[in-house]
Amino acid sequence: MTIKTYRQTLHDTLAEEMRKDPDILLIGEEIGHFEGSYKITAGLLAEFGPKRVKDTPIAEEGFTGAAIGAAMLGLKPIVEIMTINFSLVAMDQIINHAAKIHAMFGGQVNVPLVIRTPGGGGQQLGASHSQNIEVFYAHIPGLKVVCPSNPADAKGLLKAAIGDTDPVLFLENLGLYGAKGEVPEEDYVLEIGKANVARQGKDITIISYSKATTVALEVADELAHEQISAEVIDLRSLRPLDRQTIVESARKTSRAVVIEDDWLTYGIGAEIAATIQEGAFDYLDAPVRRVAAAEVPVPYSKPLELASLPDAATLSKVIHQILDATAFNR
Amino acid sequence: MVSRNTMTKTGRATNKASDSSNVDSGHQDNKDLLLSFYEEMVFIRHFELKASEMYQKAKIGGYCHLNLGEEATVVGLMRATQKQDYLFTTYREHGYAISKGSDPGRVMAELFGKADGVSHGWGGSMHLFDKETHLMGGYGIVGGQIPPATGAALAISYKNTPSTDSPIVVCIMGDGTTNIGAFHESLNIAAVWKLPIVYVIVNNFLGMGTSVDMASGEPELYKRGASYKIESIRINGEDPLEVYNTSLRMFRIAREEHRPLLIEAMSHRLKGHSVVDPAKYRSTEEMKEAEQHDPIPMLEKKLIGLSYLKESDITSIVAKAKERVSSAVAFAEQSPNPDIRQLFANVYSKKLPNDFYRLPGEPLFDEHSFSK
Repeated sequence: MTIKTYRQTLHDTLAEEMRKDPDILLIGEEIGHFEGSYKITAGLLAEFGPKRVKDTPIAEEGFTGAAIGAAMLGLKPIVEIMTINFSLVAMDQIINHAAKIHAMFGGQVNVPLVIRTPGGGGQQLGASHSQNIEVFYAHIPGLKVVCPSNPADAKGLLKAAIGDTDPVLFLENLGLYGAKGEVPEEDYVLEIGKANVARQGKDITIISYSKATTVALEVADELAHEQISAEVIDLRSLRPLDRQTIVESARKTSRAVVIEDDWLTYGIGAEIAATIQEGAFDYLDAPVRRVAAAEVPVPYSKPLELASLPDAATLSKVIHQILDATAFNR
Repeated sequence: MVSRNTMTKTGRATNKASDSSNVDSGHQDNKDLLLSFYEEMVFIRHFELKASEMYQKAKIGGYCHLNLGEEATVVGLMRATQKQDYLFTTYREHGYAISKGSDPGRVMAELFGKADGVSHGWGGSMHLFDKETHLMGGYGIVGGQIPPATGAALAISYKNTPSTDSPIVVCIMGDGTTNIGAFHESLNIAAVWKLPIVYVIVNNFLGMGTSVDMASGEPELYKRGASYKIESIRINGEDPLEVYNTSLRMFRIAREEHRPLLIEAMSHRLKGHSVVDPAKYRSTEEMKEAEQHDPIPMLEKKLIGLSYLKESDITSIVAKAKERVSSAVAFAEQSPNPDIRQLFANVYSKKLPNDFYRLPGEPLFDEHSFSK
């Protein structure tokens, strides 16, 4: 194990995989000469050359679609879309094409494509640059969506995504790039579609993904001081969704709360809550609660922005409400 | 009434001066070639007429767009491709699939939604795909094929150096497609990356019911290539030999130099946008003009003039075409429906760790889901 940042881990994993497989190439805006908007690809142009690290014009639809075509002919492109907000102009290619081509053409061709892109609000970037719209992609059969919450998972899930024969949206987070953690040195590959029980507990289940998992673990630590044992499930993958792990945990703890950075209505938490009520109805002592973003375009002003996004204090408050409503004895 | 002045084909136009044909219809040597073009055009015509009939009989569902009037462009282009070339095309692609080498029975079976269809019943009329012939798909979203086609050319340039037998990509689109962003983004990328791809605009003057003049700031669409320094040419898409010769030349440049090119083939649509479109937005004069541009009678006239063809030959060629179409229909009829148990087989290329596969109304969990 070494301690590394999430950013460094992504960089190192890309480089490691590219050294192994000459069919991997990187495609995106400013990834070469500029070394990446968030410096994930720093130094890769120098090591691998312009054939494999391809700077693109500002044309998300064009270059994302080009990566699809390259994948159809057997290359393994890894696209960087500067932020998930810009993926909206490539949505036709991602949803109408990457997700459909294998099925719509009768299974004759694969699209082994990885699209790396960061989401995450809380950076004072204003409404158009602060969205958590992963649910748009998680809704679509034919796509896989993974969302690592720490450096080790970033390595394990990126390796899995690169090795996958289907299109994978690899969701990074602006708020996690500087996060440090232990990273296995070996060839560490996670299975896409399996959630991680990030912390064992027995009194309540907190379901989270990406940066919200950091918040969930922080709150679980605090709750432990109050003799409250919270279980934290890190989804790791939004599609496929590991319903089994979620429901097993809810059955065990009888209480569940979701923390998510996306908007509440039709969000990831809605699917989780529906899954829990179907799989653990008789085991629940309280309704499943969701701690999600306020239903506004994310504001710029710091106090407004903070008020609109879920945080540890809010999660803790909601957990206490659930426990109080179920006459929980500490 | 939309002016048709700019639409009338007055001859070849190009944004580069050099242009020469390498096959001349007057050469006796080319008799076989021209006759084979004619036979294939007649076959595609009858295939499409039969598809229309089968659609009316509800054997074919969804949308169904026909190549009627476009046969010369279809055949000229596809004959100029080599086996290793990749084709990305539109939803008006039955003829292209057949001419690139797909079995007509399997194309008809796809229109019927049958298991033996080229896309195994998953795509239908708009989404034909044939791995064997390198038909990389008909695409139902206007312009959706252009970025992947461009990326396929990237994969070619990644693995191959320019040479006389380098594969290339041929990317077909309609006139209306040249207004979509993906067209411009892709042409720019292909130019910057020097990709071996030939974009082909089939200009039949109409994007559904909207004329090129109404929709395009520059209605001479081939000129759009100039914005990206892409060598472009406008040709008569109703002359299969002109299409063939130009395509051979343009494809050769793409192969040997690895750079993008653009062909605009002027064509006419003989019927509505799709089988169900009565085309009320077209005047009687417009329809008459389109009929006058029907490439099949034009080629017949030419071949008779050259004494390559007699009236009696036409009868037997048509009879043969109809017979082949009938066999295609028979094949489609007898092909089984796809197995419902295979519904989830192709959502992903490998089985998922979690069982997502439920039919509507099936519960997420059952009594076996959880151990006590």
